[in-house]
Parts: sequence; C-alpha cells; structure tokens
Amino acid sequence: MKKSTRFVDNSLFRFLVVVLLPVIILLLVHFVAGNYYESVFILFFINIILAASLNLTNGITGIFSLGQAGFMALGAYISSILTLSETMKNAMVTNMPEWLTKIQLPFWAAMIVAACITMIIAGLIGFAILRAKGHYLAVITLGMVIVIKSVLDNANNLTNGSRGLSGMSKHSTLLVTVIVALLSLFILYRFRTSAFGRSMIALRDDEDAAASLGINERSIRLMSFMVSAFFAAVGGCLWAHLQRTIAPSLFYFDKTFNILEMSVLGGMASLSGAIPGAAVLTFLPQFLANFSTGFTIFGINVPQINGLTNIVMSVLFIVMIIFRKQGVTGSSEYLVGSLFSRSTYTGLFRKQTYKDFAHAFRRKKVHDS
Amino acid sequence: MGFFTAQLISAIKLGSIYALVAIGYSIVYSIMGMINFAHGELLMIATFSLWVLMNAGIPFGFAVILAIIITVLFGIFIEKIAYRPIRNAGESTQIITSLAVSIFLEALCQAIFNSSAKALIIPAFFSKTFKFLGVTVSVIDVVTFACTVILTIVVVLIIQKTSVGKAMRAVADNPEAADLVGIDRNRIITVAFIIGSVLAAVAGILYSGKYTSFSNDMGFMLGVKAFIAAVLGGLGSLTGAVAGGYIMAVLEIFFSGYLPGGVASFQTTFTFIVLILVLLVRPNGLFGSNNWKRS
Repeated sequence: MKKSTRFVDNSLFRFLVVVLLPVIILLLVHFVAGNYYESVFILFFINIILAASLNLTNGITGIFSLGQAGFMALGAYISSILTLSETMKNAMVTNMPEWLTKIQLPFWAAMIVAACITMIIAGLIGFAILRAKGHYLAVITLGMVIVIKSVLDNANNLTNGSRGLSGMSKHSTLLVTVIVALLSLFILYRFRTSAFGRSMIALRDDEDAAASLGINERSIRLMSFMVSAFFAAVGGCLWAHLQRTIAPSLFYFDKTFNILEMSVLGGMASLSGAIPGAAVLTFLPQFLANFSTGFTIFGINVPQINGLTNIVMSVLFIVMIIFRKQGVTGSSEYLVGSLFSRSTYTGLFRKQTYKDFAHAFRRKKVHDS
Repeated sequence: MGFFTAQLISAIKLGSIYALVAIGYSIVYSIMGMINFAHGELLMIATFSLWVLMNAGIPFGFAVILAIIITVLFGIFIEKIAYRPIRNAGESTQIITSLAVSIFLEALCQAIFNSSAKALIIPAFFSKTFKFLGVTVSVIDVVTFACTVILTIVVVLIIQKTSVGKAMRAVADNPEAADLVGIDRNRIITVAFIIGSVLAAVAGILYSGKYTSFSNDMGFMLGVKAFIAAVLGGLGSLTGAVAGGYIMAVLEIFFSGYLPGGVASFQTTFTFIVLILVLLVRPNGLFGSNNWKRS
C-alpha cells in the first residue's frame, strides 16, 4: 500500500476537520446558541442540498440548467399539500379536489412522494427540452421556471394561487435537515463515482468520444436531470417546512440565481463545492443584514444602501469568475470524499496515523493541497 | 370581429417590442456565439436614463437621444469589460458571466434608485387616442410599430448593403476565416453591440412609455421572452427574430383572450408549451438554418 505523505490526507486530520469540527459546531449551535442561529444553520444545510443538486447537472454532466427554483417549488408545494391537515387545506384553499384534502402523510413519506413526483415531471420536461444544449438550454430552463411559477400562481384550487400556502408544521429541525443533507450528499456522491457518474463526466468533457464508447448521451443526460430535480425537490420540501409559508413568487429568478451563485462560488464541478458555496451564500447575507441600514467605517458614515446584499453578491460572483473560475473547490472532492470514505474512520484505529500526524505536526511542514 | 381586431392590434403592439429586443439578441448571438443575458438590462438603463434626464428638465426629444447614447455606451462598456476576456472561454462561463452582469446592473440600479415602481411621464401627444378599425389606438402604439418597421429595415440595410455589414456576415459565418482575411473582429463585435443597444434602448423607452410605470426588474423578463422569441424564429436570422417576436405576442395575447375563463390565466404556460412543441419539431427554429449550433 502506498503511504500517503500529505498532511491533508492523514486520516486523523480528515476526521478532525471534516467530521469532528462540524459535529462540535452543530452541538454548540443546538445547545448553546439561540433559535435564530439554529435556523440559519438549517438553511445552510438545505442550501447544501440545493447547490449539490445543481452541481450534478451544471458542473458534472455539463447540461447548464437554470431551472432549479422550479423543481424546488414543485417539491415544496407537493410536500406541503401532503402534510397539511384536512381542516387546514379546506380553510385555505377553495375547491380543492376532495380526495386530495383527505390525504395527509407523515413528513418523511411526503418528502419522498414529492421528490418522486417532481422527478417524474422533470423526466417529462427533460425529454422535451434536453435536445437543446448550451445557451439554448439555459434559456429554456429559465422559461421552465416562468411556466412553473405561472402554473402555481393560477392553479387556485391546488395551490391557493399567489397567496400561497402556510401553516405547515416545522418538521425541518436541525437534526432532520442534517440527516437529509448527509443522505443526499452520500447518494449523490455514490452516484457520481458510479459508472453513471463517470459517463456524465465523460459526456461533459467530450461528447463525441463518450458516444464512441457507447455511452447513451440522451439517457445519461435525462437521468442526471431527473436525479438533480429529485434532490432540488427534497431541498424545497425542507425549505417549505422551515419557512412554514410558501408562495410562487419565492421560487422565481432570485431563487434560481441564488442557487446558481452557491454552485459557482463553491465550485460547480464537484459536489464538495456545494458546502463552501452554501456557506458563503447563507452566512454572508445574514452578516450583511447588520449593515443594511447604514454604518460607519473608519469614521466615514455610509448611508443606507438598498439591496446591499445583491450588490456584494454579484460583485463577489464577478470577481470569482475573473480570478478563480472553477470555484473554491474546483473539481476536488476532498470534503465530501473524506466524509464518506471508509479510510477516514478505519485510519483512526491504526497507530501509523497518529505517528504520521505527530511527525507532520512536529516538522511544521504542512503540505497543503 | 371587433374583439379579434382588438386582440390582433394589441398583439402587434407587444410583438413590436419583442421583435426589437429579439433582433438585438440575434445579432449579438450570431457575431459572438453567446447570449447576452444582460441585454434586457439595457432596456432598464435606457428607461432610467430617460427618466433622470427628463427629471433634470431636458426636453423629451433631446432626452430620448441622450438616453439612447448612454445605453449604447453601456453596451460597449459591458462588452469591453466583461465579455472580451471570456470570449474563448467555455459556454457555461459565458452564461454565468452575462448572468452576473445582469444581476449586478439590476442590483446597482436598485441601490441607486431603490426598487419601487416609477412613473415615466411622456408628452401628452403620445397618449392621444383615435379609432382605427373600430379599435382605440394611441399614438405611442403607432410610433412603436413604425419604429420597429423602420429600425428593422435600417438594420437589414446595414447588414446587406454596407461593408461593415458584409464583415458582420463574414464573422457570423466563420470567425476564423474572417480573421484570416483581415477583418477586425473586435470592431465588428463593437458594431454588433452598438446596433443591439440602440434597438434595446428604443424598445425600453417605447415599452415604459406605453405602460408608464417601470422598475429595476423590468428588463429581465422581457429579455427572456424576447430571447425565446428569437430562438423560436431561429437564432441568427433577422426574419426569424421579427417573426418570432410577433408569433410570441400573438400566442400570448390570443391565449389570454380566447381560452375559456378557467384556464385563460394560464396563457404563459400555453405559450411556452407551444414554443417547446415547435422546437421539438424544428430544433433550429422556424427560419433557422441547419448550422445554427455553434461551438
């Protein structure tokens, strides 16, 4: 067995950074910090799911979709209709079909049903639109977001129109969200490393060469699109049960761009990129909110700026594209890979790991990737 | 009959705007091989410049010309700063960059002017109405249609008859070969952006003049719709862009006018379904040639 000499590949190091540190932070957030911080962290994990689902199509398969908000909306709406009680639905929505008001599923079942229905819808849509490529596909998927919003706005007897639905119970607790996020990342990671995933990457890098190896372009692309929609719907479901009130206007261009920014900033070509991307796009706006009413810096009074967050985000976005197009992680799967690889955990039971760790520490010669 | 005429006329009004924007998209796309998502934001820039200039007391006609010039300058500036460095980068980088520019311009506009809707007061002459085939039409509708016809003819003449136009066709046809025969591609791209920006500025002013209220997010939706119109007609074809713009408007207006009450509000959905069906049958658009797929 080839011994890895890099400090960052050391099992102990990986365990400390990727597993132990997040667990400690989460425990602190749950038991020490208040409700506000907890909901910010819940949002963070939901964003990870959304960004990772977009990375699967945009970065890994190379089908540039801007439709994530649409699938998220479908997941949010379907799951909310399924979890709301009959009396709630009757009070809120007029003329909802009777069989639908009668249905009430537990949260987990609703999430899976919603995600599966969204996946089927994505399959139908994808069948029609995935012929288009590149710029065409980007605009057509944006059109899809418009269509989904228009349907949600107008299907009054299902969605309560533009007023939206409210009163869902808060099922998305920190524990639930973390579990779902880890499961999603795990499934997506296995999917990426499977033969399908390799075919996706091959298609992205060279369509003709991939086709010559017998990779069925259309089915691989369609499958990637559907899996991505599935997890977008899961994210939407969690989001709906965190916010507890949803409306069609919340799943529009802003949301789509928000998810795209996470994905691009973090690194589109890897699932790991979803983590730093979601972190920036979740925590930075919360931080900037402190300054939105004006602030003083070095004795200079800065007046209130409308949409400060939007400006900072778009500048960050542009700077990132100029200086580091591939995002924070590039195509490295260090974060997700360490989290799910067995060696991170089995390595802890080997003496050699600690020796290497201590050795590297003593030399102060940290080989960074 | 009266209802049909009224529907048709309002479709022509809306279609003219779509057509103007779609031509701009189409020209920039055929020269550069990329979609400028920030094209819609040029409409916003034109409208806001006009609004600021008119508030500063500059007479309407003069303000319109200045607003168009400002928009053109922005167009050139965007191309030089943002698009030139990524011209040979991958498709997704180009999409992301132009989206980022679009988001940035919208956010900047929001920061300066805030996001509330504003009213554009155009001279009373333009809102005078008269009867045409039994339908009430206002002067600005006629001006909109006339502008579309005139500008389309001018653009066609530029592309078909002038030497710049010949060079543009050469670049659209085969960029490398155009380089070889000594065509300055940067200059041609700048010309394409100038034409696109003028069209976008006129469309923006006409659009907000017609509806009299505007805000910083006016451009994006219009831009997406016009782009889809351009795709429907066949990207790279001017006839296609104009036809696509009108077809899009006709679909939208007639669906909302003629669909039965319960589903009439789904007009956007039906419009897009028709568009997707058309693209399934003719992936190159109605007037597109077979070599539309660049890169």
